[in-house]
Amino acid sequence: MNEVDPAHLPRIRDAAAIVGIGQTPFAKSLGRSEPEMAVDAIWAACEDAGLSPRAIDGLVRYDMEQFDEEQVLAALGNPLLRWFCGTPFGGGGSASVVVLAAAAIAAGMADTVLVYRSRARGKASGYGRDPKQGGRYWEKLPESLPGLNQWHVPQGLVSAFQEMAMISMRHRIDHGTTDDQYADVAIAFREHAIRNPAAVMRTPMTRADHHASRMIADPLRLFDCNIETDGAVAMILTSTERARDLRQPPAIVHTGAMAAGSHHIRLSTLFSRPRDEDSAVRVGRQLWQSSGLSPADVDVAFFYDFFTSMVIIALEDYGFCARGEGGPFVENGGLAWPDGRLVCNTNGGQLSEAFIHGFNNTTEAVRQIRGTSTSQVRDCEIALVAGANSDPTGAFLLRRA
Amino acid sequence: MADDARPITRGFPRPAPTRDAAPFYEAAARGELRFQRCSGCGAFRHYPRPTCPSCLSREFSWELSTGRGVIHTWTIVRGPTLPAFEAKLPYNVVDVLLDEGVHFVSEVLDVAPDEIRAGMRVRAVFEPVDEDLVLVKFRRDD
Repeated sequence: MNEVDPAHLPRIRDAAAIVGIGQTPFAKSLGRSEPEMAVDAIWAACEDAGLSPRAIDGLVRYDMEQFDEEQVLAALGNPLLRWFCGTPFGGGGSASVVVLAAAAIAAGMADTVLVYRSRARGKASGYGRDPKQGGRYWEKLPESLPGLNQWHVPQGLVSAFQEMAMISMRHRIDHGTTDDQYADVAIAFREHAIRNPAAVMRTPMTRADHHASRMIADPLRLFDCNIETDGAVAMILTSTERARDLRQPPAIVHTGAMAAGSHHIRLSTLFSRPRDEDSAVRVGRQLWQSSGLSPADVDVAFFYDFFTSMVIIALEDYGFCARGEGGPFVENGGLAWPDGRLVCNTNGGQLSEAFIHGFNNTTEAVRQIRGTSTSQVRDCEIALVAGANSDPTGAFLLRRA
Repeated sequence: MADDARPITRGFPRPAPTRDAAPFYEAAARGELRFQRCSGCGAFRHYPRPTCPSCLSREFSWELSTGRGVIHTWTIVRGPTLPAFEAKLPYNVVDVLLDEGVHFVSEVLDVAPDEIRAGMRVRAVFEPVDEDLVLVKFRRDD
């Protein structure tokens, strides 16, 4: 299944770079509004890039974002926006925002594109009945379900962690993945978080701690799940050419890809298709075909670590190991800095740094390319950033100039 | 804010079917499990939709399922969950692969959490939620 025609490589290649990153503090509850946090992060990203917010002429919004285009424009002194879009599918869209921004720059539709995510997602941060008004979105599902969630929510399958539990269980049935392997992922990322002053979870975790954490939805324990936090992250992209004159070393978007298939929530259709048609598998193939690179060329990877089990599956999806071998891959510090088989999520990820819908993994990938991570991979030239697997999803490769 | 004051959904989340899906619920209310079946290639499909994903035919009928199948995957929900389901914690959710080849998300009644296994044979039963809604559930079939 050749998805990228070698004669027509995507023009996105090396056309754009992430030149500014910004974030708020991360915490279980900050008591701040999404717009306020977003503006802080956007200002910090502009400052980091050495650009005025008025230079922004493109915007990619994440569809679960409360702070929309109109509010952003008003808050930024009405920059003259000429290109904008959004990306759907929850965590699956977390890397696609960068792919879409780079595509717009490559196509000449915008020069300076903002991507951002602001969340009051801590358990105690809900402030209204709308799913976008902070807290846990799934606790505020409507009581009348006209969409496809009518096929599972009335059965008691109400949230992503329960759906992912069922996908993870099937992976265990097929491949014998173990609790110890889940713990290997959680502990590696916790060790990264301990070195990262911005991370929310910085207490050491042992294998016994992991196994003693309460079962949420078999086979997922509390310590297999991403944390629930508040915070915002923003990034500025511009053309690689213009990036040369800016303040920071550019993190060049080498290539990027998106794919849609069965939504993870629709288990009834997800399991009707073979696993090699999953969106993440197809995105991986497109990345390698369009870059000429292979998994062996990746110096550091950022998987969408909503659950430990899904990181194990992502390693297989993106071709770092064969199907069913993700469990053994993560054993013995397989993902841990500095000597793991593949160093991953050096910020501590969403399991231990913060849950800003993957955007905090992207900013850490930029720090790796700049050489400023608190768990810096030596001579880091290529970083992979992936959206949630088993979703419609996207991913991209960053490279050093 | 105390947990009981949080602005969360307290009622039972109900299907609000479109015309595409209404025949499914009407059949369930009669004690029948029916799925769309393609008139072109004969493939069953679920959830309801206008087109066959196998052959793209738009001709179909609503055919009776045997209601029998196996557990393909499962979880035990131990909480948190929505208030509507808290009284039955812990409870199972299963993905059943029906003998007709379609997957269906449901619950197996009267099985202890530690007895649920992939491959377990199950058959459909019809469980009224209230006067207006019947859900398709399953029981062991061995």
